[in-house]
Parts: sequence; C-alpha cells; structure tokens
Amino acid sequence: MSASETKHAGLNLGGTDAKTHAEAEHAIFGFWIFLMSDAVIFALLFATYGVMLPATAGGPTPTSVFKIGPTFAETLLLLTSSLTYGMASVAMKHGSPLGGIHRWLAVTLLLGLIFLAFEWHDFSDMFAQGAYPTRSGFLSAFFGLVPLHGLHVIAGIVWILVMMVQLRVFGLDARVKINLLRLGLFWHFLDIVWIAIFSTVYLPGLLP
Amino acid sequence: MTDPVWPMLLGRFTWDSLPFVRAWHNPTTNELIAAAAGGIVVVSGIAVLVLITVLRRWRWLWTEWLTSLDHKKIGILYIVIALVMLARALVEANLMRLQQAVAVGNPGFVAPEHFAELFSTHGSIMIFFMAMPFLTGLINYLVPLQIGARDVAFPVLNAISLWLTAAGAALMMASLVIGRFSTGGWSGYPPFTEIGFNPGVGPDYWIWAVTLGSLASTMTGINIAVTIYKMRCPGMKLMRMPLFTWTSLCTAILMIFAMPPLTVATALLALDRYLGFHFFTNALGGNMMHYANLFWMFGHPEVYIVILPAFGIYSEVVSTFSSKELYGYKSLVIATMAIAVLSFTVWLHHFFTMGQSASINAAFGIATMAIGVPTGVKIYNWIWTMFRGEVRFTTPMIYALAFMMTFVLGGLTGIILAFPPLDYIVHNTLFLVAHFHNMLIPGTLYGLLAAYTFWFPKVFGYRLDERWGRISCLCWIVGFYLAFMPLYVLGASGMARRTQAVMETAYRPWLYMAEAGALILLCAFAALIVQLWVSIRRRGANDVFVGDPWDGRALEWSVSAPPPEFNFARLPHVDQAHWFYDAKRKYAPYAPPIAYHDIWMLRNSAVAPVIGIASGAATFGLVWHMWWLAIFGLIVIFAAVVARSFVRDTHRVIPASEVARIDESWREATARAQPVPREIETSPANQGLALVRS
Ligand code: HEM
Ligand SMILES: [Cu+2]
Repeated sequence: MSASETKHAGLNLGGTDAKTHAEAEHAIFGFWIFLMSDAVIFALLFATYGVMLPATAGGPTPTSVFKIGPTFAETLLLLTSSLTYGMASVAMKHGSPLGGIHRWLAVTLLLGLIFLAFEWHDFSDMFAQGAYPTRSGFLSAFFGLVPLHGLHVIAGIVWILVMMVQLRVFGLDARVKINLLRLGLFWHFLDIVWIAIFSTVYLPGLLP
Repeated sequence: MTDPVWPMLLGRFTWDSLPFVRAWHNPTTNELIAAAAGGIVVVSGIAVLVLITVLRRWRWLWTEWLTSLDHKKIGILYIVIALVMLARALVEANLMRLQQAVAVGNPGFVAPEHFAELFSTHGSIMIFFMAMPFLTGLINYLVPLQIGARDVAFPVLNAISLWLTAAGAALMMASLVIGRFSTGGWSGYPPFTEIGFNPGVGPDYWIWAVTLGSLASTMTGINIAVTIYKMRCPGMKLMRMPLFTWTSLCTAILMIFAMPPLTVATALLALDRYLGFHFFTNALGGNMMHYANLFWMFGHPEVYIVILPAFGIYSEVVSTFSSKELYGYKSLVIATMAIAVLSFTVWLHHFFTMGQSASINAAFGIATMAIGVPTGVKIYNWIWTMFRGEVRFTTPMIYALAFMMTFVLGGLTGIILAFPPLDYIVHNTLFLVAHFHNMLIPGTLYGLLAAYTFWFPKVFGYRLDERWGRISCLCWIVGFYLAFMPLYVLGASGMARRTQAVMETAYRPWLYMAEAGALILLCAFAALIVQLWVSIRRRGANDVFVGDPWDGRALEWSVSAPPPEFNFARLPHVDQAHWFYDAKRKYAPYAPPIAYHDIWMLRNSAVAPVIGIASGAATFGLVWHMWWLAIFGLIVIFAAVVARSFVRDTHRVIPASEVARIDESWREATARAQPVPREIETSPANQGLALVRS
C-alpha cells in the first residue's frame, strides 16, 4: 500500500507522514462513524422540533423570539472558525513550526468563545421575554436542540485547549496529529449542524 | 420514616426507601418478598467481597480482569454480567407467573405496584442487561479471532463500554436495595412516567440504567463495525467472513443507528422530569406520541440487534455439526443485510391502535410482513445445510433445531399481529407477550446458550458436560412451550398483559400450566449451573487445549484453547472462506511459522473502571437528587478521559522468544494429541484435534 493512498475521507496525512498516515486509518474512520451516530441524535432532535413547532401553548412563538441579526453573526463566526481550523490542519500536515499551529488554534478558540457569548446573549434575551423551556412544547424542543449544539461547541473548545497543551508537551507526535484530525472533523461537523439550525430553526421562524 | 434524611447529603432518601424498614413496619408477604430480594443482593454482594478478600484475589482480579484491555477477557466479563442478570430476571418471571396463577378471583400475594415493578425490571433486564451484554460479550470474544486480528479497533473504548454496562446493571441491582424501580414497563411510556404521575425514584432508575446501557451499546457498535471493516487479516475479503462476523457487523450497524433514538427518548424524558420541560407531558404542548415514535424507532431494530447474532451462531453451529458448508452463504448475507435495513421501516406496528390513519397502518403492516421473507430464506438455508450432512445432535445443534421449529411458529403469530385489524383485537393482551417471548426465547436465548456451549471449550480449554447440557436444553424447550403456549390462548380470550390479579376463573387452568412451564424454565437454569459445576470438576478429562473440538471452520478454531493473549503468533493469510477447514484437509494447518516476531500489546488501564464507577455514582446521585455526587462523578469522568489522553506509554512488547515458547508448546501438544472422529466428539476421547477423512 502506498503512503499516498486515501485511507479515510477528509484530510489525509499521506505524502508527509507515512507512518501516522497508516495509523490514522481506523482512528479517523471510527470517528466518522461516531459523528454519524451523533448526527442521528441531532436529526431526531430536529424532527422533535418539527413535531413540537405548533405546540406553543399560547406562549412565545418563533417570530416573537428569534432575531436574525445575532444568529447571522453567529453563523459567520462559526464558519470563519472552521476556516481557521482548516488552516491549523494544513499547517499540521505540512509540518510548519508549532507556533503557526498554535496561533490558528488560538484564533479558532477565540471565535468559538465569541460564538458562545453571542448564543448566551440570545438565550438570556429569550428568557427575559418569558421564553424559557418550561413554558411550552415548542420552547422545550428549541432548548433541547440549540443548546445541545452549544454544549458540543463547549466540548470542542475544551478539546482545543487540551490539544494546545499536548502540542506543548508532546510536539507533533502521532497521537497528537490523529487527535487534531479528529478534532477538525468534530469542529466542521458542528458547523454543518449549525447551518441546519440556522436554516431550519431560525430562518423559517422569521418568515412571516 | 418518610422524612428525608440529611437532604443535603442523601437527597430524597428516607428510611422508608429501604425495603427492610418497610417490611419491618408492614410485614405482609409482599413487603417480605421485597425485603428478601434486597437482602439477597446485599448478602451476595458482601459474600463476593469477603470471598475475594479471603482468597487474596484482589490484585489478581484487578490486573488480570478489571483493568485488562484484552477483548477476550472483556467478552467473558460481559457474559458473566449477563448470566447474573438472567438469574434475577428469571426469578422475577417466576414470581409473576406464580402471582397470576394464585390471584384468580383474589388479590394474590404480590401488590399491584410491586407486580408492576416486577414486569418492568424483568423486561428491562432481559433486554438491556441479559441479551445485550451476552451477545456483546460473544461478539467481543469471537469477532477478532474470526477475522484474524489481535484485538478490536479501540480496546480502551471497548473496556469503557463494558464498564458503562456494568454501571447500568449495578443501578438495576441498587433499585432492589434502595428505593423502588419504575412501574412503567420496559418501554417507560410517558405521561405515566412523568413527574406528575410518578414523582418517585423509580422512573429515574429506569432512565439512567437504560441510558448507560444505550451509550455503551452505541460505542460497542462503532467499535465492532470499525474492527470488521478495517482489521481483517490479509485475504479476508468481506465475502469470506464467517457468518457470525457478518451478523455481528449488521448488529453493530444497527446499534450505531438505533441506539441514538433510545438515548434521545430517555434524555428528553429526563429533561421533563428534572428540569420541567414539556416534551411528553399532558399539559403545555407535550406530545407523548412523539415518545412512542422515538422509543420504537429504537425498539424494533433492537429486536434484530438481539436476534441477528443468534442467526450467525446458528449458521456456525448447523454447518459445523452437519460437516457441510453453509448452504447459500451469499443469500444468507444478503438476507441479513435486508433485515437490517428493513428493520428501520416497521416501528409503527408497535402502536397500530394509537390513532393514525388506516392507510398508514396498512403500509407498516405490509412492511412488517415483508421482513418475514428474508427470515424465511434463512430457515431454508439452514435446512438445506443439514440435508445429507453428517448431522450430530449435540447440545448446540438441539438448540438450533428447537429454534427452527419454534421460531417459525412465533413468526406466524407475528404475521397475525402485523395485520392491523387483528392486532386491534389482541393488542396489549397476553397474545403479544406469548408472541415476543416466542421470538426472543428461541431467537435470542437459545442462540446465546448454543453459543455458550459451542464456544466454551475454545474460551476455557475444556468441554462442557454434554449430559447436563442436554437436560438443560430439554428443560428450556419443554418449559418454553408449557409456559407460553397457554398465553396465546389466554391472550386470544382477552386477558390483558401486565395484569396483577385475574377475575375470570376460566383462565385458571391455563395459568397453572404457564406456572408449571415457568418452573421448568427455572430448572433449566439450575441445570446450566450444575453443568458448569460438573464440567469444572471434570475439566481434566475434557481438555481440548489443541483447540478444535468440533472440526470447526473459521479461524478461531485454528488456535489453542484458550487462545494466547495475542491470538495469533503470526497473523493468518487466507485465500478462501473456509481456509482452516480446507487447510486441515489439504495442507498442514499446524505447521509452525517460519519466524517469530515481537508482538505489541496494550498495557492494562484503570481508566475504564474509573469511568464506570464514576458514571454509576453520578447516575445514582441523579436518581436520588444527591447533586454533589452527580457533579463529582461527572468531574471524575472528565478528568479520567483527559488524563488518559496524556498517557503515552500505552504498549508493552511480548518478545519473539516468548511468542515462540508459547506457540511451540501448543504445537507440540497438537502433535501429541489423538485425532478424534466425529462420532465420539462428545466423549473424553476428544482432545481438540479433528480426525480428517479427505
Ligand atoms: C425464560 C423464561 C421467561 C419467562 C417465564 C418470562 C415471563 C414473563 C412474564 C410473566 C412477563 C409479564 C407478562 C405480562 O405483562 O403479564 C414477561 C414480560 C416480558 N418479558 Fe419475559 N419471560 C421470560 C424470558 C424473557 C426473555 C428471554 C426476554 C428477552 C430477551 C423477555 C423479555 C420480556 C419483556 C420485554 C417483557 C415485557 C415487560 C413489560 O411488560 O414491560 N422475557 N415475561
Ligand atoms: Cu417491532
């Protein structure tokens, strides 16, 4: 088997690090499958949201509580963070100095934190308007879905922190590289889920 | 007695939570039974701890078993959990049968609430903590051996799955000693299980035990699928895999897709109960139908998760004990895949009566009937495999034959239930209970027991006693028919399931018959224990260290019994489906490798037991509202995961000389052994070397 062969979907290490490339095969493939399973969870929560959408029980409705401005900003933040993570991955693959990888990871981390701050602000706004999860089936479904994505972002941020420490401690050893690849898949996956949230929760909710 | 004790520390614990206290204050038979059950858990728990201490086995237990990442040991531990839980669930089943037999025209001796706990724990345990761990254990043990690998793809994750399952099982056991279990059945339907109707700890026990099992199974599914896709030995193409590996792959795929709906269902129910959300409540827009959909989107694939591995087991057993290649291997693979896909399209048949339109019911009814087709294909495959084969009626083979007859019967009643107008008549009656036991007992339990008998010599190096095996097998068969055929009659004449007392005296004879059957089933389990005891005592005479007692086909039979920890001194290269079977006939399957190499294996790790214990503690804290414990448990889990990611010294090497020593001593034993002809394979003459007539 040649080192340049594609072992799994996504960014491969073939061509720059043949040994890790071989090890990455089942690690990354397994992570894809995990993401698939996680995607099923989100899919079901989207379905739940669809089912519960009319169940507003006389309380707040999508139009009355959603805001396009901040959610659009959140979308841009998260998409940009995916780009910066991509830069980190490329730097990692081509063996740039560790400082470069660190910087890109730090930017991604920062964008993630700003995203969370925005989201936190959205939720407290909704709370202030009496839109809390115990109010109706619709709001339960909303708060079952969107904050779960937020929790994933928090997990991703913690993971980035751990990886930054590991880069310091171990440098770019095989496990750090593989975990950076996995983290990348995770981070891009959160983007995709967010796009689904933006386009099936927020946008239709704002249509008259 | 009903005031919380130190609520900051013990949450909602009251003295009344202890069955012993309840029995002291109110010594009815009902309470005494509960206290006795709790007592048995406490006493046997203490007995095990004392025994380990007296025998000074703690270190051994910790290093050889609890922290081991060897897929074979993890597999065995799964099966130990399953057998313990099987014993409990069987006793509960007997208690229910006895109560119904006694309570015709009177309240009997088990109170309604307690009866409801019994069917809830029995059902939840049988599915989540008997069938699932048992089959997961078998898959764990066998799949790497069958595909020529040294371990699964993610050994640490594998150990974590085991420990989460153990934590769930421990929670089930804890519910006998502290508090009460749910009364909501194994399906836990809201709004009955919502806080409004059930404020106690019962539904919370159910939620967290099932959630732990569900997460563990999701992770197992990922692990097994990756193992099978990525770790096969050279030459082991997909269409050369043994059928058990194929069914394991399909089960793994089903786990990956079908466990998340369960996790979502229990998590949303937990949000309702803990944080006052309104997913499934009656008020403010909750929608319990949505729960029914989520639950059965898991629930139907689940029946195939537990049945497909048994299909694989029967395939191996039937072809081995007929000394014939499996008839229609390809069609069996296709049928298995077809079942796996179709299993996601039929979930609605669990609630035909819940008010959707007739055309929706019709569509799902037809889909349900369609799933019988691939299953029927398989039955023919097994029959044709036996045709003109050298059939031997060993214990696993008897299980397989009993399965074929009985399963077809259950399938026929399934067709009745798949027909919505008929389902309306027997829905929620004992007819349904008879039907699903008619599928699950032959379809899962017999398969698991056949596998236990078939592969025991591989795992422990000696054969199980054949006579006690047959006695047990016979009891499982007779007991099943006696216990469940009457339920078809009772159900068709209108007796509802989950009934604590019966007013209709005409039911009495049938209930007696079912009770007799349940007792025979209990005897079957006892015979299994006796068999184990007898076999351990006579293990010298039944030794099969050479490793191939049944003239097996797949790669697991090509190594010693028990296999060395590295499985294969040299990874096999295969060029056809029955490489080992053929090698025995054509070349020298026991020829030593040209050279031995160092083998890298994983070091032990404490991370899985730590995560398991912490998650058990955290969920126990959640059940009892001991928030400090829940938070502490979660922090420990998090810390353990992060700490593990910093461990770099994960492997140790087994030097080539050591590999050579182990391998050569086995090959010498092989050379010394007397080959055994098939006719006397269950006698002590069987030393694990097959006599081959080519
Ligand atoms: C082997 C002997 C067994 C006996 C005597 C037995 C007996 C019973 C009885 C009496 C009930 C309650 C029926 C009612 O609702 O009135 C029941 C329910 C149930 N059993 Fe079994 N059972 C056995 C084995 C199994 C096995 C092997 C499984 C699964 C692998 C299983 C799964 C269930 C489930 C899921 C329920 C439904 C619980 C509920 O209503 O929520 N049982 N069984
Ligand atoms: Cu079903």
